[in-house]
Amino acid sequence: MGKRVGLEVSLAVAEAVKLANVDVVSAYPITPQTHIVEELSVYVASGELDAEFIPVESEHSAMSAALGAAAAGARVYTATASQGLALMHEILFIVSGMRMPMVMTVANRALSAPISIWNDHGDIMAERDIGWIQIFAENGQEALDLTLCAFKIAEDKRVLLPMIVNIDGFTLSHVIEPVIIPDHAEVDAFLPPYQPVLKLDTQNPVTFGPVGVPEVYTEARKQLEQAVIGAKPVVDEVLAGFGAAFDRQYKLVEQNGKIGAKTLFVTMGSLGETCMTAVDELMAEGQDAGQTRIRLWRPFPEEEFLAACAGAEKLVVIDRALSPGAVCGPVASELKSLFYGRPGAPEIINVIAGLGGRDVTVREFKEMFALAGSGKLSGNYMMWGVESHAS
Amino acid sequence: MLRDVDLSGYEKVTAKNIPWEKFITSGHRACQGCAEVLAMGMVMKAAGPETIVCNATGCMEIITSPFPQSAWTVPWLHVAFENAAAVASGVESATRALERKGKLKKRPKIIAFAGDGGTADIGLQALSGALERGHDFVYVCLDNEAYMNTGIQRSSSTPYGAMTTTSPPGKKSIGQRTWKKNMAMIAAAHEIPYVATASPAYHLDLFNKVKKALAVEGPAYLHIFATCPTGWRSDPAKSVELCRLAVQSKVFPLYEVVGGQYIITQKVKKPKPVTDYFKLQRRFRHLTPDAVEYIQSRVDEEYARLEAFEKATAPLEEVAEPPTEG
Repeated sequence: MGKRVGLEVSLAVAEAVKLANVDVVSAYPITPQTHIVEELSVYVASGELDAEFIPVESEHSAMSAALGAAAAGARVYTATASQGLALMHEILFIVSGMRMPMVMTVANRALSAPISIWNDHGDIMAERDIGWIQIFAENGQEALDLTLCAFKIAEDKRVLLPMIVNIDGFTLSHVIEPVIIPDHAEVDAFLPPYQPVLKLDTQNPVTFGPVGVPEVYTEARKQLEQAVIGAKPVVDEVLAGFGAAFDRQYKLVEQNGKIGAKTLFVTMGSLGETCMTAVDELMAEGQDAGQTRIRLWRPFPEEEFLAACAGAEKLVVIDRALSPGAVCGPVASELKSLFYGRPGAPEIINVIAGLGGRDVTVREFKEMFALAGSGKLSGNYMMWGVESHAS
Repeated sequence: MLRDVDLSGYEKVTAKNIPWEKFITSGHRACQGCAEVLAMGMVMKAAGPETIVCNATGCMEIITSPFPQSAWTVPWLHVAFENAAAVASGVESATRALERKGKLKKRPKIIAFAGDGGTADIGLQALSGALERGHDFVYVCLDNEAYMNTGIQRSSSTPYGAMTTTSPPGKKSIGQRTWKKNMAMIAAAHEIPYVATASPAYHLDLFNKVKKALAVEGPAYLHIFATCPTGWRSDPAKSVELCRLAVQSKVFPLYEVVGGQYIITQKVKKPKPVTDYFKLQRRFRHLTPDAVEYIQSRVDEEYARLEAFEKATAPLEEVAEPPTEG
């Protein structure tokens, strides 16, 4: 039943990739996730993992080579963050548009300028529309488990899409956590070898990446949209199957604290665990507090989210990304769209917090709760903890 | 030779065994007189059916793949403009892994095609990376000396003085102000096993260079000259003639670099003046006699330099035999 060890989360992700028997790893160094690919290169060098490791010369080429490898029928993995993800941007759309399954870890990190190696979600929020399945891990075990699930989801013939597993940079990637590493045999039983539907094969030649004239482009994008939307039940099914096999349950949306509470925090990623502690303390103090954690971000789990927020009057939505000039943060924007016109929709309070590695503490969550309760958090959004030294 | 290159798998092509089978079918949408598709078709004839093609965005990509049609009878992959070499790296690595794991019987040949812009400008980094990493593939630059697909903009491969839509001649400009980037020598500087320049006007030379490029283990680079009548404002019927004149005038010398050794494969003993080549194209029509004189002298100089390279890298006459065992 696996073994429980203390392991840096990056290395736990590398373990998952090894257990998945990937064929090709294509990667470029970037802070803060390089431990993942460093470890994978060690596995390849030692023969523990029978794969090709391509030490590409850029993130753009990392994604391009990954696409080429996937098109040739290989199980492919890469990892990146921040500037690297931004450099991949162009190719990310092509990978999903060509329906190439692959798995990528994004160790979420702030975008420059000013250059920051620390955690926030600015990098991935700039990639909302790439047509990949996107999921957020909250802790090390989840990072490992979701990576294994991601291969199974991406390669499912009902899906055939690339998938990103988001882990918070440093907060998760460089923290040592207790992690259960599953046995190889258990993983093999859960994740069968990849069987591509179409691949570059001289016996059965196909043309990948043709020109989409106006008569077909809309339809091609419609197919992609349908594939992304249609992935949701498969994600649910795979997570349920994982739960049955490994006894660790993951849902698309998680609830915490008082079910049916009037005020709910909404979080994504590792901040959810800090928030959980705050919610526990608030409940112990007799407050009507709860929390909804979004695990699956694309496709957005609408029904699951609505169900998890049933009865809430206020949502305190934490965004770890700023969209300058926008009405509000990206997660709040999504939720406002979701609730618009629904009877009994809760008030959505948006707090932009934790940018560029700024800590958000239990005390601060409790402060947000108090401010939300007193109606002092109004307006489209509030940037939390901005220090002003102007006199 | 500076380094040993194993060409044992190379089969010479002569007039008697010219490959005929086409892997880019007719009916594609290239302009009349397009020497680029002619050259690409020749490369594919020499490569044969056991080949995977990675194609950069550009003329060759759009003319061969308007969905739902495809001119390709081999597996073909187009991803983007600047990354054909990186994509080919991934395909090559995948075929290596899958062959080792018993999921693929035999690794196919892998060819990446890109234009001069996709090679010398936006794709240079990805190409350099793929060459340096030593992937077993052939990269083919089809050089028509400008961004023709987007409407004849200058690239770093556009020749000095040429008129393009972004290097227009005027009172304060001669046209293209820079000398053509020497991509083949840049590729050769990566010390890969095989580099060659080729021209569709010299078909046997071209076929043999493709065969050698495919025969070596590791990366090979082919830089193929290709007339673009649309961009050069030339008569479509004269495309092959222009390709030949470029060689005969020493503007585009044909050579190969095998393991570091430079070999001129078409020696130009009685060169034609560059004006013979220029006068069939409107892109050079504005050039003044001074400019032509400068170009002629630099063309001569570059050719002399190439000859010097050939001499400098020729095998030494008396090479000590390695000691035999026993």
